[in-house]
Amino acid sequence: MQFSKVQGEKKQHKVVLYALSTCVWCKMTKQYLKDSGVEYDYVDIDLCTEEEKQKIRQEIQNKGGPLSYPTTIIDDKVVVTGFRKDLLKETLGL
Amino acid sequence: MTPITIEQVRKRAEADARTYGYHLVSDPDLLQGLLDGLRVNEERYGYPSCPCRLASGNFDYDRDIICPCDYRDPDVAEYGACYCRLYVNTDVYEGKTPLPTVPERRPVEKQSRAFGPATPSAETKPAATAEEKEEHVQIGPKLWYCKQCGYVVFREEPPYICPICKAKREMFAEIKTRIDFIG
Repeated sequence: MQFSKVQGEKKQHKVVLYALSTCVWCKMTKQYLKDSGVEYDYVDIDLCTEEEKQKIRQEIQNKGGPLSYPTTIIDDKVVVTGFRKDLLKETLGL
Repeated sequence: MTPITIEQVRKRAEADARTYGYHLVSDPDLLQGLLDGLRVNEERYGYPSCPCRLASGNFDYDRDIICPCDYRDPDVAEYGACYCRLYVNTDVYEGKTPLPTVPERRPVEKQSRAFGPATPSAETKPAATAEEKEEHVQIGPKLWYCKQCGYVVFREEPPYICPICKAKREMFAEIKTRIDFIG
């Protein structure tokens, strides 16, 4: 699966972002995490192959996430859907 | 085919907002980002599907999320903005109410189609799927008519504003139909 890593000095949490390349709210989430210095992995699902999409769907649903974007999964358990600065801030301790 | 420009996408959205009594979101960066997403999708799929939803590339599967999507009217009526927040109502546009967070109204089974050929995974709970399907059937489209001008529409909910005479949603009433078989 084509996850891209964005480097940051805050590595205490495992942050995975499921995004769409066309989605402005996903872009804002990426920017916010980057500006906050959080290290995270993201994938733009609309640019994936059919096989990858299927795998990603299972992965998101196994973690109890919805199929809407952006969905940020923190430490494999906290699911934040949408660009929710308040929730991201709280969960990541920013 | 000449590539579509953001300006064309903007003009189309503005015209549609005017027709339905909505506005385009006022934040210029947000608006630009949304319009650009629509432009990319139109180039990619041949139709402007919602930039904030995963499209399948199959027109029949994506029909409900082609902007303006089927969920815009109920979302603007309930929350003041559509799912991606391109279209907003007057209060949100004028800043009287903040830009809301809009939950996804599109049924999960429709969202799932975008993830490729449906091979039900082992993780899918059959009971939940059956329930969802049943619920979806119950919602189904109905016939509505505008008591002011007579405009008739076949959809889940009446439009927020009548596209013909601009009457408000309250002016819409359901047309009850009954089919009798005799003999």
